[in-house]
Amino acid sequence: MDFFWTTLWPLIIILGQSLLLLVILLVGIAYILLADRKIWAAVQMRRGPNVVGPWGLLQSFADLLKFVVKEPVIPAGSNKGVFLLAPLVTCVLALAAWAVVPVSAGWVIANINVGVLYIFAVSSLMVYGVIMAGWASNSKYPFLAALRSAAQMVSYEVSIGFVIITVLLCAGSLNLSKIVEAQNGPYGMLSWYWLPLFPMFVVFFISALAETNRPPFDLVEAESELVAGFMVEYGSSPYMMFMLGEYVAIATMCAMGTILFLGGWLPPVPYAPFTWVPGVIWFVLKALFIFFGFAMAKAIVPRYRYDQLMRLGWKVFLPLSLAMVVIVAGVLQYGHLATAAMK
Amino acid sequence: MTAAAVFFYLFACILVASAFMVIASKNPVHSVLYLILAFVNASGLFVMMGAEFLAMILVVVYVGAVAVLFLFVVMMLDVDFAELKHGALQYLPVGMLIGGIFLAELVMVLGSWAIGPGVPSAITAPIPTNVTNTEAIGLVLYTRYVYFFEVAGMILLVAMIGAIVLTLHHKARVKRQSISAQNARTPQMAMKVAKVRTGQGLGSNEISSKDAGEAA
Repeated sequence: MDFFWTTLWPLIIILGQSLLLLVILLVGIAYILLADRKIWAAVQMRRGPNVVGPWGLLQSFADLLKFVVKEPVIPAGSNKGVFLLAPLVTCVLALAAWAVVPVSAGWVIANINVGVLYIFAVSSLMVYGVIMAGWASNSKYPFLAALRSAAQMVSYEVSIGFVIITVLLCAGSLNLSKIVEAQNGPYGMLSWYWLPLFPMFVVFFISALAETNRPPFDLVEAESELVAGFMVEYGSSPYMMFMLGEYVAIATMCAMGTILFLGGWLPPVPYAPFTWVPGVIWFVLKALFIFFGFAMAKAIVPRYRYDQLMRLGWKVFLPLSLAMVVIVAGVLQYGHLATAAMK
Repeated sequence: MTAAAVFFYLFACILVASAFMVIASKNPVHSVLYLILAFVNASGLFVMMGAEFLAMILVVVYVGAVAVLFLFVVMMLDVDFAELKHGALQYLPVGMLIGGIFLAELVMVLGSWAIGPGVPSAITAPIPTNVTNTEAIGLVLYTRYVYFFEVAGMILLVAMIGAIVLTLHHKARVKRQSISAQNARTPQMAMKVAKVRTGQGLGSNEISSKDAGEAA
């Protein structure tokens, strides 16, 4: 009986929490997908999906059903094990990142000390889904897409890493909850890190677009040159898992932006009635704000050429973020000397 | 058996098995994928020892960057599996001989090897209790051994510059995009409004002189 309460019961609680988070996340993803299509349609003055359910609200679920009941086709020339492993890797890794995301004070499944590194590590593994799919398909276009994506995602990870380091320097912790708490200041939204680290916020946003293969950096699936990139040979459920993994990764990046730069669950004005609103609502609103930016970027900006993408990553963002790390570290270490000298 | 022991044996068994599969699998891409599995399990073992920072860095650096480039190269190799198999049998005696020599040497070295009496007191405690392990590794690496760290960094920088110098050669006829030159262009430089009279057209000399000016 003692064994039950000390070992099994916490395990059951964690399982329950994980399941709850997964269900909420997946339903959220269904509506984020719909929002993406609706925003895209609105920018192009179309209606977007509007047939299934009121205002097309059930469109994503209809799509899900369609993918699930279709027949999965595995190409004869493919490497079958790796071919089926690739969508699983993408999907599982994308969902695994959410284990450490704190959506409100104390609302987190695993409050680990190196949370931000964990998310960074998991998102750097996402590239394997694409590479494995591209190679295992044994076909030209997926392979080209895999090569492109390997170079693209590794390049932009470097600048995301440096952006994270600047935030860590300011917050003094690798724990995501502590990073949010460090942004809790008397000026509300003005003491969040987006203001002092504004250049890094911009670099993070653009690198997040590239890291998740979103337009204007969707060279991985560039439909006009590579048909659909690494997922040409995929259909039905495996394809759906790629799609799901991609959108969960986007949601993760939105959550990361919220935690690192927009103060996580903190209210924008630290006075009533704003403090009465539960933290999770602020968190979701901020993440949706960043997602709106993602969706608008998709609708507005034309696709980059590949050499321009590489130039932006290595020749613009890398020096800029490296310089910012040095500047931020210098200000934090010797800033008090400057203020003392002024007095 | 506690949960920690179960997880240790789980990670350790998968690690050893996948490390074996790295050398045993015929397809080099599968080898790299098993190598990645080995890395991930090693990072699981690091987490169990309380070295969570090292675990995450292992995944970020080795799995997220090094192994990707590795896979990148291996995928582009044109491997003939039949030939590879044939070669393996041919080289088996030589490989076994070298492996046997290494094994004998290892046994001899490990048999006569002992940790110096002064060493255990000199090494830093693996996980200090008063600081987090991220801070602990920082104190050791960037404070105590900072000069060694700097020297290692300089050596890597020199190696990197050397690699770039060896591989970088500008071809003369390649057209490159100069973004600053593009951004510096104004409408006055790039276009000209001309009145074209019916039946006469533009004077050809006028256009050619304009084009020559722009190209320069």
